[in-house]
Amino acid sequence: MQPSPSQNLSPSRSNLAGWLYVSPLVLVLVPFFVAPILVVLAASFFATDGFGGLTPGFTLVSYVEVLHSALTLKLYLATIKFTVLTWVFTLVIGFFVAYFLVFHVRNQLLAIGLFLLCTVPFWTSNIIRMISWIPLLGKEGLINQALLGIGVIRQPLEVLLFSDLAVVIAYVHQLTIFMIVPIFNSMARIDKKLIEAAIDAGASRFDIMRLIVVPMSKSGIALGTIFVVSIVMGDFFVVKVMSGGGSASVVSAFYEDVGVLQYPTAAASAVLLTLVLVAIVSLILRTVDIRQEITR
Amino acid sequence: MSAVLAEMPEAVAPATTKAIAPSKGGRPWTFYVLASLFAAYVIALYGPMFCIYILSFQDIRGGLVFPMKGHSLHWFVDLFTQVRTGDVKGSFDRSIKLAVIVTVITVVVSFLAGLGFRKRFRGDTVVFYMMIGSLVAPGLVLGLGTGLLFQALGLNASWYSSALGAQLSWTLPFGVLVMFAVMSRFNHVWEEAAYDLGASRWQSIRLVMIPVLAPGLVAVALFGFTLSYDEFARSLQTAGSLNTLPLEIWSMTLNVTSPSLYALGTVTTIVSFIVIGASLGSIVLIQKKRGSSAKG
Repeated sequence: MQPSPSQNLSPSRSNLAGWLYVSPLVLVLVPFFVAPILVVLAASFFATDGFGGLTPGFTLVSYVEVLHSALTLKLYLATIKFTVLTWVFTLVIGFFVAYFLVFHVRNQLLAIGLFLLCTVPFWTSNIIRMISWIPLLGKEGLINQALLGIGVIRQPLEVLLFSDLAVVIAYVHQLTIFMIVPIFNSMARIDKKLIEAAIDAGASRFDIMRLIVVPMSKSGIALGTIFVVSIVMGDFFVVKVMSGGGSASVVSAFYEDVGVLQYPTAAASAVLLTLVLVAIVSLILRTVDIRQEITR
Repeated sequence: MSAVLAEMPEAVAPATTKAIAPSKGGRPWTFYVLASLFAAYVIALYGPMFCIYILSFQDIRGGLVFPMKGHSLHWFVDLFTQVRTGDVKGSFDRSIKLAVIVTVITVVVSFLAGLGFRKRFRGDTVVFYMMIGSLVAPGLVLGLGTGLLFQALGLNASWYSSALGAQLSWTLPFGVLVMFAVMSRFNHVWEEAAYDLGASRWQSIRLVMIPVLAPGLVAVALFGFTLSYDEFARSLQTAGSLNTLPLEIWSMTLNVTSPSLYALGTVTTIVSFIVIGASLGSIVLIQKKRGSSAKG
């Protein structure tokens, strides 16, 4: 935080000014974030007639149902599998792409240009980017054609599209940018003199990576992780489309529940997911003060 | 991302020979490894997208995979004239209108919040974490909550009320985070100077802050527009009876198996590219104008 430009204000007046500035934000977030969450929380305790009608009340039936179903465990395991795989791939690719741009591209302008090249697809439609894998991964897609062509395989691989592999590919394709940007930002702040000093002191390439670059990119990695984990855990359409209906995640099951008007069960499962997500995010936030980090 | 742009002119590192990547002389082997990784990443990022752009220009025999069958604009015409593909034109109109409204609100509210968050005030952490919560909450769950809330209040869900709010709960946190990055590079001395010269608070905002922060505000607008234009999960339960474009694409992925799906992808990506190009272009233009007037 920067020192205030008008320090002569009394604390109460400066509190008031702060609240005035953020009041429009609060006026949007309260009805469209806080209230919907509370509605879902409330709905999870309601009873239902099975046709979308909700009876206000307090029953834990939905939670019992969700927690007792063997499906829940399966869904969470599937979701965690997708999350971990996506996280590992986006982290490794994102880290080294950022590292390349910051430490290897000599021309600053070129580095910015290449950085923008990576970010442009972020501003285009995710759904379109997802379906764009169909002509590549499909049974008659380019990859199968190429593999058949060079004689590596005799039968087209069916595992490429509408499988867990396709789901992970689509996630990595969409989400690596969420790793690149924060890691790039924290790496760009590393003073190059520090690295020169380390080299003078006899550090190897690996030492520099281990002792300087990775620790100093920690906050970027944490921020990227929050984005990737929360998006994958909250996603349903990639799983639904790219697995061809073969796999499900917590939220895609939620979507099906809503489709058949099972609001309380869906709400209970959503509340559980939100709790898991909050736990993960706050665990990450303990390692890094993102507010400090972002405003620095 | 805008922060990186804003940083551009000042951060030119002095030439050095002692670094992981010396700025003079030969390249280390790691350069070639990482450059290949980067190239592979960019190809994987753009390759699939270009496949569907190319495939959307097939003629009437066209299918979902290569090889390309003829060249024509058949599927684009099909897209806008066929009834079975749904109301593409109407949803396109709505999405653009909605994105413009979201952009305006996002820029104004994020700018004000950015001003507010420069100083600590009582309760600022609550607002900050409310914002982070809104960012990481599963979109579909928030959308359902908003939909149920409108239902409970007896309001009709529609793209310009409930979907507008649901999208703002997604674009505003991004906008404010970008504002944080932009504000952290704003030298408060300029603002102090304005006050010293007798400017009022409003004058200092209008005559000093807005012009200085213009590139950052354009970046916020870019986020607002594209995130709204491509938003899907939060709109699904809140858009009411009339679809926005991503919802239209979603229903097409489930029941249309002709290249008109790709044609729609091409059309919506062209719109995204125009918006991205215009935004980045105007940021560069502002920077350039500033550079030349500073020299003159």
